[in-house]
Amino acid sequence: MSIDRETARKVAHLARIGVAEEALDDLARELSAVLGFVEQLMEVNVEGVEPMVSVTPMTLKKRRDEVTDGGYPDKILANAPLAREGFFVVPKVVE
Amino acid sequence: MGELAGLTVSEARARLRRGEITAREITEDCLAEIEKAAPLGAFVEVTAEKARAMAEAADARLASEGEDAPSMCGIPVGIKDLFCVEGVRTQAASKILEGFRPPYESTVTAKLWQAGAVMLGKLNMDEFAMGSSNETSYFGPAVNPWRAEGDARPLTPGGSSGGSASAVAARLCLAATGTDTGGSIRQPAAFTGIVGLKPTYGRVSRWGIVAFASSLDQAGPMTRSVRDAAIMLQAMAGEDPKDSTSAPHPVPDFEAMLTGDIRGRRIGIPREYRVEGMPAEIEALWQAGIDMLKDAGAEIVDISLPHTKYALPAYYVIAPAEASSNLARYDGVRYGYRAKLAPGDGIVEMYEKTRAEGFGDEVKRRVMIGTYVLSAGYYDAYYNRARKVRTLIRQDFEQSFASGIDAILTPATPSAAFALGEKGKGDPVEMYLNDIFTVPVNLAGLPGISVPAGRDEKGLPLGLQLIGRPWEEGELMNVALALEERAGFDAAPTPWWKG
Repeated sequence: MSIDRETARKVAHLARIGVAEEALDDLARELSAVLGFVEQLMEVNVEGVEPMVSVTPMTLKKRRDEVTDGGYPDKILANAPLAREGFFVVPKVVE
Repeated sequence: MGELAGLTVSEARARLRRGEITAREITEDCLAEIEKAAPLGAFVEVTAEKARAMAEAADARLASEGEDAPSMCGIPVGIKDLFCVEGVRTQAASKILEGFRPPYESTVTAKLWQAGAVMLGKLNMDEFAMGSSNETSYFGPAVNPWRAEGDARPLTPGGSSGGSASAVAARLCLAATGTDTGGSIRQPAAFTGIVGLKPTYGRVSRWGIVAFASSLDQAGPMTRSVRDAAIMLQAMAGEDPKDSTSAPHPVPDFEAMLTGDIRGRRIGIPREYRVEGMPAEIEALWQAGIDMLKDAGAEIVDISLPHTKYALPAYYVIAPAEASSNLARYDGVRYGYRAKLAPGDGIVEMYEKTRAEGFGDEVKRRVMIGTYVLSAGYYDAYYNRARKVRTLIRQDFEQSFASGIDAILTPATPSAAFALGEKGKGDPVEMYLNDIFTVPVNLAGLPGISVPAGRDEKGLPLGLQLIGRPWEEGELMNVALALEERAGFDAAPTPWWKG
């Protein structure tokens, strides 16, 4: 499967990574190289094989749904690029 | 100078117990060596004050607890930049985590500090652990302390735990933490002549380690001897309520299992690892390893792992898929870097600009590959198919172990260390091929260890890999010890960086 310029643009947008117009062709070529490599998987007979969910045969542990941590908004906000009055600040989202 | 920094963990432990040296003295020696080693680019942050305070505390503990003090007490270590250390800059060698200081401590580092280990600083790595040469680091690459004979070109220490490997091989610290998603402990260990262990998936908690591919990531020790790996793993391992994939199995006394007696053990030699174009010296090293294990009384058995060829392609679907999900959190809102916005830019522009400027090229590529293989219409063709192939790869190993194989011997890497800038420029796949022998072990969740076993014609270190049964790191390290004893690798790099 080879990726064209338009697909590269679409994937970049889905991944929320800005890509300049002039870089799209190179990106498409690089993504195609990787996909060309993984194409070998199509040779394998996987009929009746279960897709792996967990590499060790274990069921995920569960615990009671209760608050076990928290209560320190200052620590949570300490690394934010922009915070005000106990909130993260982002550009306007709704009109 | 450098004599104490050059001790192994077990030697330092013995001398600390006898009161011949103090943790403070070893720590000062390491800090002095680190200062002289700037050309290696191994450390991205040195926490000298913290190291001195921790060393003093360790000395006090050694004085009061004596023989009962934990084995790692007073041992100075380096920490890969992927581990969150409270209050210490943790960036996963990425611009997007610029200035991030975690308000919490990873379980692995917390356990090391509880055992009395001393933190020297943070170690360089490939950005988000995505790379095999350390060249994707935002800080610039770490450099291999080894050079080819008669050639001053800087070589890669491997990746992604390249700073860890460089620091341990150059005797800047006694041991270091690494993480291994597709070979990131074992390949750099092989390139620098040290020991690197990837434990069974679930043996070591992943909590507080910046996530790359959660079903593959596992932390482990990087040391200058197999015994040291056993000592350090002991301190790192164990169930953690904060990581639901950490296993509830008891952690055995790994060091007590190191007898060096492997008589009657059955060692598998997988024919599929004899890849096309394998350099003659790798072939010769592998044969030498077979002879060493035979000499130790092991039985050598030819085995087949038929799906080996498909491990790398499956990995390059599964790992990017998980990465695209894990790295979605870097959005410029909660921590790290946020791009400067133009008037009128909304939240989508903020995400797209932040991630375009914050991630390096290889990380972007993998996030986009992951996004593609998970997108509607391709999910079954790529992602589900890769997960099925992963099942087949695990079954290959299970069948070998079920037939009575105790461990598997393979080369660790398809070559010795290569020059920085030499690979992967035009084609990312060229770099990926480095992990051809290590990736299947992650896909199957098994423990694997790289042991320095010889040198190539230019004097560069080469490693052999041993793969063990799940949860049997102790047995695996015992076979590794038998190999280590016979390989007798005691060479150290010439310290050109002290110039």
